[in-house]
Amino acid sequence: MNHKLELQHITKTYVTEEGEMAALDGINLEVKPAEFLCIIGPSGCGKTTLLRMVAGLDRPTSGKIVLDGKEVKCASPDRGMVFQEFSLFPWRTVLKNVEFGLEIGGMADKERQAIAEKYITLVGLKGFEKHYPYELSGGMKQRVAIARTLATEPSILLMDEPFGSVDAQTRNLLQEELLEIWKRTKKTVLFVTHSVDEAVYLADRVAVMSARPGCLAKCLTVDIPRPRKRTSAEANEFRAKLLMWLSLERSKACATL
Amino acid sequence: MRLQTKENWLWLVPLIIAIILWQFIAVYVVKESTILPSFTAVIFSFYELREDIPLDILVSLFHFAIGMVLAFAVALPLAIAMGWYDTVFKAVDPIIELIRPIPPLAWVPLAIAWFHLTHFAAGFIIFIGAFFPILIASYTGFRDVPKVLVETGKVLGCIGNRKLIRYVAIPYALPSIATGTRVGMGVAWMCVVAAEMFGVSNYGLGLRLFTDFFPMHQMDYVVAYMLILGLLALCIDRLFRHFVEDKLFKWKRGIVK
Repeated sequence: MNHKLELQHITKTYVTEEGEMAALDGINLEVKPAEFLCIIGPSGCGKTTLLRMVAGLDRPTSGKIVLDGKEVKCASPDRGMVFQEFSLFPWRTVLKNVEFGLEIGGMADKERQAIAEKYITLVGLKGFEKHYPYELSGGMKQRVAIARTLATEPSILLMDEPFGSVDAQTRNLLQEELLEIWKRTKKTVLFVTHSVDEAVYLADRVAVMSARPGCLAKCLTVDIPRPRKRTSAEANEFRAKLLMWLSLERSKACATL
Repeated sequence: MRLQTKENWLWLVPLIIAIILWQFIAVYVVKESTILPSFTAVIFSFYELREDIPLDILVSLFHFAIGMVLAFAVALPLAIAMGWYDTVFKAVDPIIELIRPIPPLAWVPLAIAWFHLTHFAAGFIIFIGAFFPILIASYTGFRDVPKVLVETGKVLGCIGNRKLIRYVAIPYALPSIATGTRVGMGVAWMCVVAAEMFGVSNYGLGLRLFTDFFPMHQMDYVVAYMLILGLLALCIDRLFRHFVEDKLFKWKRGIVK
């Protein structure tokens, strides 16, 4: 089977005053087309760094990242990224934010507006085109960010704890909407989270990372049929399994400290 | 949104009280028009000077414009370079901080030596006054661009500094540039009198005030011109706020007002 994305022996070392510090150590990971993969791990395990490297915002110290058969060297609209922090351009309206990537790409006014409208509707913000980010709630801001990322039709969607800064109810709603969007657009999604619930609800597969140096401890396939219920017995069972793996990794990390 | 008070005429009350006080003190207490001309005498001077005033205003505005345009044209590119490239900042900042405290008046001898008694000598003094506030506010704006917006720009296709500066940094820094320009205009206007004192032209508010009225002890004329200087600056500032801040920075309303 062809892989959408391949991470080959990724390492990342930072040079600090005390010498070299390994942040990521020998990560190997393959992501299938249209797969929803969650990366979960204790804070500081380098999961965000890993995602940023796929985005092209950081470079691995060694190893290769291959997307659609081509090596990733720098940032490009080919890989859409949704950040944890609110990242809308405050001087642009919702419509102009969603149009941003298309405008940079040199698309004509009318054309890009039509595409932007389509994605604004997809994230359920029709009627808010003329609003500025300061007029939106946290959840709405992240929806716009998702629409903006989708508008350039990236071949993979990278999400770095995108719902980390919205309240719990909104988070549940956004997760459902994201699954809906994923189903409709058939994008490959790489989703970083520290929430076990989120991973169990969203993912086809969960990659558990260990800390210091970060490496992949375990890949678990979430074999719960969709649509999933958050409170089902299977979900609970999987949650327990995942929690066990995480606590195992945590105790290992503590032991080495 | 600013609260709209119904008392739009409120500002008139202290103004009228101040004028009445002024008139009273001038006529009944000081009784010497070379020390404190009365309000009515000053109003009458406007009538007496009605033929000179328009040309003096125009020439002063011309000097002001030379200085402002020049300051803006030099400060903005430098601010972009200093704000975006840290090496430029580190290299140039000490020179800027050395020259900045020198009062614009101290530049008069050099201005006359370089530009002789021309409009440009006056323009140069005004340029010195306006340059530093514009430069410093602008580069601060560029240095403050949040990392997440820059990275969002990158993943949405802003390849290279040029596009990032154009689509992310400049829009972000625009309010700072506007604030700097407003402060700069204030300082520049204060320099107008100083710049014209030395007879760089045959007209000008500052020139008239210093070389015609003052030696003749025509204090009523002096105060009349002082009021013109104040009123013009007020108009320029209001116009700027109306056309630039209110129109251009709708998106900031949620933050500042």
